[in-house]
Parts: sequence; structure tokens; C-alpha cells
Amino acid sequence: MSMRTPLSRVRGLGSAKEGTGHFWHQRVTGAALAILVTLFLILLIAIAGRPYPEVMAVLSNPFVALLMVLMVAAGAWHMKLGMQVVIEDYFHGGLLIAAVIANTFFSIAVGLATALALLKISFGG
Amino acid sequence: MVQLTLPKNSTLTQGKTWAKPAGAKNIREFKIYRWSPDAGQNPSVDTYYVDLDDCGPMVLDALIKIKNEVDPTLTFRRSCREGICGSCAMNIDGSNTLACTKGIDDIKGAVKIYPLPHMPVVKDLVPDLTNFYAQHRSIEPWLKTATPEPEKEWLQSHADREKLDGLYECILCACCSTSCPSYWWNGDRYLGPAVLLQAYRWLIDSRDEAKGERLDNLEDPFRLYRCHTIMNCAQTCPKGLNPAKAIAEIKKMMVERRV
Repeated sequence: MSMRTPLSRVRGLGSAKEGTGHFWHQRVTGAALAILVTLFLILLIAIAGRPYPEVMAVLSNPFVALLMVLMVAAGAWHMKLGMQVVIEDYFHGGLLIAAVIANTFFSIAVGLATALALLKISFGG
Repeated sequence: MVQLTLPKNSTLTQGKTWAKPAGAKNIREFKIYRWSPDAGQNPSVDTYYVDLDDCGPMVLDALIKIKNEVDPTLTFRRSCREGICGSCAMNIDGSNTLACTKGIDDIKGAVKIYPLPHMPVVKDLVPDLTNFYAQHRSIEPWLKTATPEPEKEWLQSHADREKLDGLYECILCACCSTSCPSYWWNGDRYLGPAVLLQAYRWLIDSRDEAKGERLDNLEDPFRLYRCHTIMNCAQTCPKGLNPAKAIAEIKKMMVERRV
């Protein structure tokens, strides 16, 4: 049984002096996604059912490619931040650290793979 | 992982059913959580019957009547019986509130009474709030100044005083914090709605000179940012306060000082 005082336990290792960055980035990426996803949905409706070469041509348009890459970047980062909040809520100890790392790896990998695919189309690969 | 089911030694069992009062016409059933550290048994739910024609209108009146007339071992905290001390906070009819301000008439069917959720139980309806009080202590809930103390008193404009309305009324009964799922899962690191409302009460006080220091102390993914605006706190507060709004205001201050 620990003989630490309740105040010592509550103060623990002190404040991390961060967390606001996480909170703020989540809101900013959220605002960006509200615009980007709306534009993406318009694009999706416009190209729905069109033949493969036409879709490829649309996606290689620099403005469309920019929209797509921005959406993927903001989306992947927003996903990483949001998932981390859930992980921090429900996991504790070693499992928490492992899950936070896995979440970061997954989000970056998914984001970069999607961006790479878009760039490949854009540059005519 | 968080524990989503009750540990084996906390599962409820059927308790004792006490006799109905003789000759009573207006009887109400009370189902009350019982656990004693001395018995070495799982908690149980005892059933009591109270004659409402011979009892005050509040749930606390019934509890006191049961303790005086039926079962003196029933344990609970109470003091002011008018919603200002916060001692009789408990879970009544599924939500946290004060037994002294909750009318028996407001509840349909049997009155179910449990201790505040997710706290260690000392006995029956008495939770161990040691951690909660230490968290309150950790935000240093007193006026902090560097300017030499004035001869008479620290002055405050009417407008600045009004900013404390909706905050100073908090009686620290812990109803809100113990209704918060984030506090259930991370109560050791998350300060919880009551303590954060108190923290905001000092942050917004125009006389206080330690705003930055206070914000530094709160800026933490767990201490502050476990609040996900679930709003159980505002819904359950027996004083009608809104801790979630106070927490949102703290978050705004955090952003304001860095963006």
C-alpha cells in the first residue's frame, strides 16, 4: 500500500504543459475538412459513372489533385488526433503507449500511401 | 483497458426486505444499496417501506426516518438538509443529486438509492472522496496576488463580480464529477467537472493575479482535455450549474494565449 499523500498522488508528475496544440489542430483540421469534403463530394458526384480514362484525366488536373491531397492530409491528421483521444480515454499504462504509437504509424502510412497514389495519377504514372 | 463490468466482489446481491409499517396507508418502497467493510460480503440492495403520511417530503427525510425507526445501521452523510453543504449527494432514481432537495414525489415507483457512482465505498451510501478533495486542493482554490495587500480589501467592479455568478454557487457535492464517464475512466488524472469549474472560478476572478500560472497547471491532455462535452455534469448538477461551459471557457483561454 502506498503511503503517498492524496495531494502527492494528484499532483503526480505535474502538468504536461501541452494538449492545447492537439485540441486546436483537431478543430482546425475539422474546419478544413468541412470545406474540403464538401468540394470532394461535388467532385465525386460529377465523375460518378464516368469511364476510367476520363476519371484519371480529372484526377490529374492540378487543382483537383491539390484538393485531393489536401483532403487526404487533413483527413489523416484529423483521424490520428481523434483516434488518439479515444485511446487515451480507454487504455492505460503500457497498452496506452503502444496503441498511441500504432495509431500514429497507421495514420501516417494510410495518409502517405493515398497521397502517393494521387501524385502518381497526377504525374501520369 | 477500462473495466466495463463490475469486479466480482462488487456485484450486487439480493438484500434483506424489512417489514412494512403497521397500519400505514400511504406506503412507498425504498431500495437502498448496502455494503459494510466489516461483513466481508458483496454489496446488496435492501428493501424498506416508509409511511409517507408520517414522513417529510424529501428523500433525505425518508432516509433519516429509516435510520431512526427501522434500521440504525443504514449509513449516509447529511448535514444542512437544505442543499448548501453537499454532504447527502447520492445516486437517486438513476441520477446523482442531493437527497435533501430531491422530493419523493418526483420519483415514480420504488425509490432506488445508490452511492455516487465509480467511487470507492466507505460504507453503504458513503463514498470515499479523498481523491476528489485532493484534486480540489491541487488547483489552489484561493486568491493569489503579488501586489501588496490593500489596507481595506481587494476591489472588484460589479461587472467583474457578475462573472462569478453560476460558479460561486458550486457546493462541491461531487454529483457532476461522479456522473462523468471521462472521470470514471481517468479519475486519477482527469480533474473532473467540479474541480475544473472551481479552477475557472479563480481564473475568471478579476482580483486574482496568477492566471498564467493557473493555466500552466491545467494545460495537460489528462487534467483538462479529457472533457469531451458529454454534458452529464450540467444535466445532473443539483444547483443547476454548467461545469461543461466553464471547461469550454478554460479551453478558449488556452487557445487564446497561444494562437
